[in-house]
Amino acid sequence: MLGYALRRLVSLGVSLVVASLVVFLTLEVVPGDPAAYMLGINAQPDTLVALREELGLDRSRLSRYLSWVGGMLQGDFGISYTYRTPVSGMIADRLQVSLPLALYALTLSTLIAFPAGIWAARRRGSPVDAGIMGLTQLGVAIPNFWFAMLMVLVFAINLRWFSAGGFAGWETGLGAGLKSLTLPAIALALPQASILTRVMRSALLDTLSEDYIRTARAKGLTRAQALWRHALRNALIPVLTIIGLQFSFLLAGAIIIENVFFLPGLGRLVFQAIAARDLIVVESVVMLLVFAVVMVNFVVDLAYSAVDPRLRGRR
Amino acid sequence: MRLKIRAALTALATISAVVAHAKEDIVIGLQLEPPHLDPTSAAAGAIDQVLYANVFEGLTRFGPDGSVNPGLAKDWEISPDGTVYTFRLQDGVQFHDGTAMTAEDVKFSLDRARAEDSQNAQKALFAGIESVEAVDPLTVRVTLKSPEGDFLFNMAWGDAVIVAPESIANIKQAPVGTGAFRFEDWVQGDRIELTRNADYWGEPVALSSATFKFISDPSAAFAAVMAEDVDAFTGFPAPENLPQFDADPRFQVLVGSTEGETILATNNANPPLDDPGVRKAIAHAIDRQAVINGAMFGLGTPIGTHFPPHHPDYVDLTGLSEYNPEKARALLQEAGFPDGFTTTLKLPPPSYARRGGEIVAAQLRAVGIDTEITNLEWAQWLEQVFRGKDFGLTIVSHTEPMDIGIYARPDYYFQYDNPEFQTLIGTLNETADPAERSRLLRRAQRIIAEDYVNGYLFQLATPTVANARVRGLWKDAPTQATDLTGVYWVE
Repeated sequence: MLGYALRRLVSLGVSLVVASLVVFLTLEVVPGDPAAYMLGINAQPDTLVALREELGLDRSRLSRYLSWVGGMLQGDFGISYTYRTPVSGMIADRLQVSLPLALYALTLSTLIAFPAGIWAARRRGSPVDAGIMGLTQLGVAIPNFWFAMLMVLVFAINLRWFSAGGFAGWETGLGAGLKSLTLPAIALALPQASILTRVMRSALLDTLSEDYIRTARAKGLTRAQALWRHALRNALIPVLTIIGLQFSFLLAGAIIIENVFFLPGLGRLVFQAIAARDLIVVESVVMLLVFAVVMVNFVVDLAYSAVDPRLRGRR
Repeated sequence: MRLKIRAALTALATISAVVAHAKEDIVIGLQLEPPHLDPTSAAAGAIDQVLYANVFEGLTRFGPDGSVNPGLAKDWEISPDGTVYTFRLQDGVQFHDGTAMTAEDVKFSLDRARAEDSQNAQKALFAGIESVEAVDPLTVRVTLKSPEGDFLFNMAWGDAVIVAPESIANIKQAPVGTGAFRFEDWVQGDRIELTRNADYWGEPVALSSATFKFISDPSAAFAAVMAEDVDAFTGFPAPENLPQFDADPRFQVLVGSTEGETILATNNANPPLDDPGVRKAIAHAIDRQAVINGAMFGLGTPIGTHFPPHHPDYVDLTGLSEYNPEKARALLQEAGFPDGFTTTLKLPPPSYARRGGEIVAAQLRAVGIDTEITNLEWAQWLEQVFRGKDFGLTIVSHTEPMDIGIYARPDYYFQYDNPEFQTLIGTLNETADPAERSRLLRRAQRIIAEDYVNGYLFQLATPTVANARVRGLWKDAPTQATDLTGVYWVE
């Protein structure tokens, strides 16, 4: 187990180095000067030079790359070009919204998908199965921002149960914070739950047709007992993979939903920073997300081996 | 008699209602969030939109109609030759950190803006200053290199506000000004909070606190106003929804004018656009009203030159470029392009440009001019179009007030080089006499219209949607500001 974890850690490190190079070089190629963006169309040439100097944009690429990576290794993400505050603080602020939102949506999605997937698999071919599969088709097909706008119309504008958006802040209490994340979390969870339900169902059906299930049934277990004791655990591997992917996606990919609900999350930070050519913010957030994805994959890998002891010996 | 009593009672009830229940806080929606909070070192209009007149004040300040009024300077004397301005400052003005605002602070602020390493986005405003001198704590003397007719106007800009020297280190996160509101908190990506400054030197304000909320998505802005999460939204980004608010008794809609001349900027050094005949053809090919209706849902005033229609010196020159595709085709023939030509049309992100660009392209195609449309982000636009001058046509709104002087700069991105115009602007800058200034401004408008430097489309309008019970918001936007000093609630 330890050796396995170590090998995974090394490949994780390599992924991070490659990612940092790709991120940095990509953004270097993009046209646009952060100083010119800040100072607008009436800026005088000497003002631009002064600002570029202060931002350190006059240094060579290599020296900027090395100081960026070096800083990150010590937990220092640098100073934002536009906001002029430490990037790490900005990211920490945004994570207070993005992380709970992603967890909230993932929890909802799992809470919906597990029972629905299991139920559909147990009643394979029945009207219940057809109904659940139909609903998941719909859930995947409906664009989540459209569904979000619909919910705002109904629950914020007509019923006034929720505000139309914005984040109340955790300092106003856990309840208020969760309440302002509820509509966005539902909008995010809906398509994820649909996908997860389908994966859960098909994985269960696959395992239910395995020989060992027949054996379990032959030794006298009921269908339900065989499912709970043997099939479910074996069906979890593809489901865990999907959950891992979904978490990474929810952390970074909530940008459209963040815009619909004007939430101060990571996605909007990156979006604004790209427009303003605040390259250091973009680079750092992207690296953080790469790191999160890599870490989630690592945890999922470890979870595989917890679920399936055979994997510990391999690789 | 009975009627009178009832009227008196109603009036009394109204007054007591105002006294007892009038709200004292307000939530203002804005589309763009400031990058930081120092109006003297960035071009972003969003900074002034939150802080101008609320937190920061200058020697002079803009009124709701664009007039220049006394600000921190109570009054001033101008030497007969127009080069020495002696400002007398308001007495008893304190910065929000409790220190007194004196002539030394004014000197510091102006010197900082015009210094060698200044990061002021409008450094040109201060270029004419020879020296600034603190005569005594309440008197400042500014000596100019040469007479400057616009000087008091320039000092009213958000880029010329008076800052506290000891606050500079943290001004970008914790601005310290002299205004009626002090900065309280900024949750980045979400909101900025201001509270009433109890020690304000001027007229006390009715609001005890104000929150600016940043909502960039137009449909989210619509939902936030509809759900009454925000009390007012200035620069409302979804003009198509305005009729719906207009019909709803809960809301009021104010459509005001801005200083934004929206133009089809033309590269005067890029053949065949260097030919005035070709530019004239383009001008006649464009149906302004169709652009206004299609791109702005009818909001906007047609212009025929680079000057705001609400200005007293405005000359209506739209007749020089009336919509006439026949004439446009004839002019192209005359210029030697019977089959038209192809050029580029580079569009920055705002909807006036993206939506307007499609319509302009279609209108140009109708007379034989083909355009290759490229959509650019602002950063790319600044680099390619503005700095690189690599474009044929572009659509952009010039939002700086009184900026006709840009036509006197031959290296400016549309590259118009007319010595006569340059001399005229030189004379204008040194003229203080209002009648003579007015004559020169009218002449300037006519020259650029007759040279068809750019396609003049429309003056950008700014819609504000607000709760029907809010009073005192500015309708027009003579500068980018949300001045809350006169805002109050009624029952």
